[in-house]
Amino acid sequence: MTAVYLAADVGFPLLPAMVALPVIGALLIALVPSSRAETAKAFAVITSVLVGALGVWLVTQFDTDAAASFQFGSQQSWIDSVGIQWLAGIDGISLWLVVFTALLFPLAILAIDPEHDAKPYFAWLLVLEAGCLGVFMALDLFMFFVFFEIVLVPMYFLIAGWGHGNRQYAAMKFFLYTMLGSALMLVGMLSLVFLHRSATGGELTFNLVEIAESQALGTNAARWVFVTFALAFSVKVPIWPLHTWLPDAHTEAPTAGSVILAGVMLKLGTYGFLRFGLYLFPEASTWAAPVFLTLGVIGIVYGAIVATMQKDLKRLVAYSSVAHLGFIVLGTFALNTEGITGGLLQMINHGVSTGALFLLVGFMYDRRHTRMISELGGLQKSAPIMAAFFTVVMLSSIGLPGLNGFVGEFLILTGTFVAHRWWAVVATTGVILAALYLLWAYQRVFHGPAEGENATMPDLKAREIAVLVPFVVAIVFMGIYPKPVIERMEPAVDALVAHIETHVDDFEEPVNQGRAGHGWHAIGHHSDSEGHGDEDHGDEDHGETKDEGDDH
Amino acid sequence: MGVLLQTAVEIPSVDWGGLTPLLIMSGGSLIFLTIWSLLSDRLPSRTPSVFTSLIGVATMVAAAIQWGRINDDHPQGFSTLAGAFGIDGFSLLLTGLIGSAVALTAFYAHDYLEREDINSAEFFVLLMLSASGGIVMAGANDLIVLFLGLEALSIAVYILAASHLRRVESQEAGLKYFILGAFASAFLLYGIALMYGATGSTNLAHIRDSVVALEDRGLAFGAMALLLVGLGFKVAAVPFHSWTPDVYHGAPSPVVSYMASAVKVAGFAGLLRVFNVSLAGLAEDWTPMFFVLACLSMVIGAVVGIVQDNVKRMLAYSSISHAGFILVGAEAASTEGMSAALYYLTAYTFIAVGSFAVIAVVARRGDAATGLEDFRGLAKSQPALALGFTILLLAQAGVPFTTGFLAKFFVIGAAIETEAYVLGVIAMVSAVVGAFLYLRIVLAMYGDAQGETEDVHVPITAAIVVGITVVFTVFFGIFADPLIDLVRDASPVLVGR
Repeated sequence: MTAVYLAADVGFPLLPAMVALPVIGALLIALVPSSRAETAKAFAVITSVLVGALGVWLVTQFDTDAAASFQFGSQQSWIDSVGIQWLAGIDGISLWLVVFTALLFPLAILAIDPEHDAKPYFAWLLVLEAGCLGVFMALDLFMFFVFFEIVLVPMYFLIAGWGHGNRQYAAMKFFLYTMLGSALMLVGMLSLVFLHRSATGGELTFNLVEIAESQALGTNAARWVFVTFALAFSVKVPIWPLHTWLPDAHTEAPTAGSVILAGVMLKLGTYGFLRFGLYLFPEASTWAAPVFLTLGVIGIVYGAIVATMQKDLKRLVAYSSVAHLGFIVLGTFALNTEGITGGLLQMINHGVSTGALFLLVGFMYDRRHTRMISELGGLQKSAPIMAAFFTVVMLSSIGLPGLNGFVGEFLILTGTFVAHRWWAVVATTGVILAALYLLWAYQRVFHGPAEGENATMPDLKAREIAVLVPFVVAIVFMGIYPKPVIERMEPAVDALVAHIETHVDDFEEPVNQGRAGHGWHAIGHHSDSEGHGDEDHGDEDHGETKDEGDDH
Repeated sequence: MGVLLQTAVEIPSVDWGGLTPLLIMSGGSLIFLTIWSLLSDRLPSRTPSVFTSLIGVATMVAAAIQWGRINDDHPQGFSTLAGAFGIDGFSLLLTGLIGSAVALTAFYAHDYLEREDINSAEFFVLLMLSASGGIVMAGANDLIVLFLGLEALSIAVYILAASHLRRVESQEAGLKYFILGAFASAFLLYGIALMYGATGSTNLAHIRDSVVALEDRGLAFGAMALLLVGLGFKVAAVPFHSWTPDVYHGAPSPVVSYMASAVKVAGFAGLLRVFNVSLAGLAEDWTPMFFVLACLSMVIGAVVGIVQDNVKRMLAYSSISHAGFILVGAEAASTEGMSAALYYLTAYTFIAVGSFAVIAVVARRGDAATGLEDFRGLAKSQPALALGFTILLLAQAGVPFTTGFLAKFFVIGAAIETEAYVLGVIAMVSAVVGAFLYLRIVLAMYGDAQGETEDVHVPITAAIVVGITVVFTVFFGIFADPLIDLVRDASPVLVGR
């Protein structure tokens, strides 16, 4: 069936297929008899690999020159009477998130088998994949909302059904917390479309682009609506102090659930901030930026400190997520190209490195049935390969230059430093603290004498190594040569910043007055003088804003 | 008075075609009673159940035919029996809903009654008689007719609620519902009397025209308040809800299926037609009352619901909360609000029938095993049933891709459109609180703690009913247009003689 579609190269509905395939896969799995776990897994693997292949194909077909505009558009009226449509499209901002999601799921499915009830487990994972992909490609507010909300259900069942320890509590907390956030967003969204209609006098529409470009709402109304959206995203990210569901959900979730939670689901919030925050409410975003910068910095420092004190290795990784997500929020609300690009890049980086960390912790738990740091020790001797993988991933998470984490954090800190110096200074301590908690944890788990079960712990199996290798490749590749990734994001980010500048009266992109307009491009572009978009970029933003600065 | 005298001497013309849904339902019950009393020995024991379901379906078909007719001939709808009975999209939609509730309930009730050893044809006769009352309420164009319908509906349900002879809770439920229901009827009747005093008529079209011209509205206010008490009781809105948990808990589960769906539909038929249509001119006076009722129902339904540990009581409180949501649509006092409320009623009818069908099955012999602990491990022993119930519960919680989500979406949209932002926020927050209630049940079914659900036996009829309601809920939750167009068509019109 799929082969036929692939053959039809032109006009192939790529995006609907990426959402529909996992759903079809889940339905097929539902028809498999419960006793045949292997068949269920085979279906899950085939489906998710196919979606992954579509994701790769998406990158190759993506038009980098037009990265600022939506591509692969698909449109279909859905609930006609109220102007709701299926409206999907991908630009430079969503491209990598879609691709990353499509690639992460097959790895998560392959990595680890559920302990029981394989059939519903795989079905839920596929439903989750469809939901996540739907969120990243939605250009209709209603469509975005339903996908944003539906992902709760499969994740709820994954945590409650296949999690550890106090999993039912964690699942319930996760569901209610996030639902409360989005409940208010529903009110905000409806207010937005009705206010938009009365301001423009047109038809009722949920079309994101139409609403964002018209900016028809009054300042005050827009701020109120922004608050409801921001609340939903803040819970999802999560931003301190709304993060308390995260350590529970991450810790109690099954390994694949944690990987997906960290890798994809937290990004629903940060992506939401970009697409449905900054783009939809530019004025309100600049108005609220100081608050989010501050909360981001608090999250960085708080997450790092709390992570340092954790006794449970998985909980430690969970709190490190709070800190990393703080960086992403910081970059987003720096409101300049460096910051936002860095944030976007860090969304992928965090997904890769934290996803891999959760996998490693999961593998460790499989063998030792404990995640308590105090009960582990000396694993380097019994499991050298695992130790090696852990080292690379950990260094990436710390932000070692040459690995992916550095690129993102560096861009974020540069962007923030230019825009809001002191926030960047405080945030930098987070980098140091990250080194502290991760290295210390590594030391306690892998070094020292190996006693008891630690001494006899088997090393990684071939399958596990095969799953981890793509993560390491991504970590190294994006650390050394992030250009292919960044150059596809950049035009879209530039357009977003320009959009904010256009619609906010006295806002201009905070850029470094002293730099030659190519400050951070050393990372993305310097190595390649032919990089297109580079020159354009310099002319567009830095040109005008810098001139004004110099004239004064 | 002149109007009344005139009617008295005229012989009202009767549009028999417009009355076919009512005639099928009420006639069906009487004919069946006759046939069954003569031939009960020779017919299979499932006959009453099948016959009643067919009557329910026939009522729906008749309603659909009449709808096609008013779309062709009378774009506005029309009234018959001297303006006492209205036939418009509104009444026909709700008639269809009542018909479907009867069809579904009766279809699975047989196996329930066999299991409980209380099988008798009276159950089905009363069901059809009660539904006839509901259909009268759906079309009532006159307060007196409304009252007649309400009484016909209620009296049959009082008996049905008490029909589980060996359960003392069932007797209690019947008695409680009867006493409080009689009170509520009295309030309603008093309200009708005051309205007659204020406007000089009981005809809703006449009332609509005369209330706007009233110089002294005092009497009309009193009438509105009393009418709201009477109808608010039937739809189980707070603070007239106190009977609901006990009656839902005690009454036989199929009866609760019917009460949560058809009785609620009939109650809202009266409420919407009287307030949103007939008293539209006084909207600014009654919307504050609706606001309070809606908030209280949503919040109390959700908050008190979550501390229950009996699934039947939980869903009773959830039904109260749903009444609050429907009132949010009514509170908007707009065309969109009306459509939203009708959509909600349509969605909820199917969800409620399906949910209580599951409870009827899980309650096991004796109809008493409805505690949360009785659902433990259901996902293991009856995975399909548990999945169906989960979908219905998530729909009630307002999870996307179900009609339950769209229902909430539309009522809140209607509220927001009239700038009732506070109501929207309260509604959504109570929806989240309510979600906790449904998740508790889901967790009980899917959790580790193993209960003894091996003896749950799912009759094929119940499986079909749950299947139909689940498919309806999910299908129209995704392909939403047909149902939305239907409720938008179902606009009520008041045509005088």
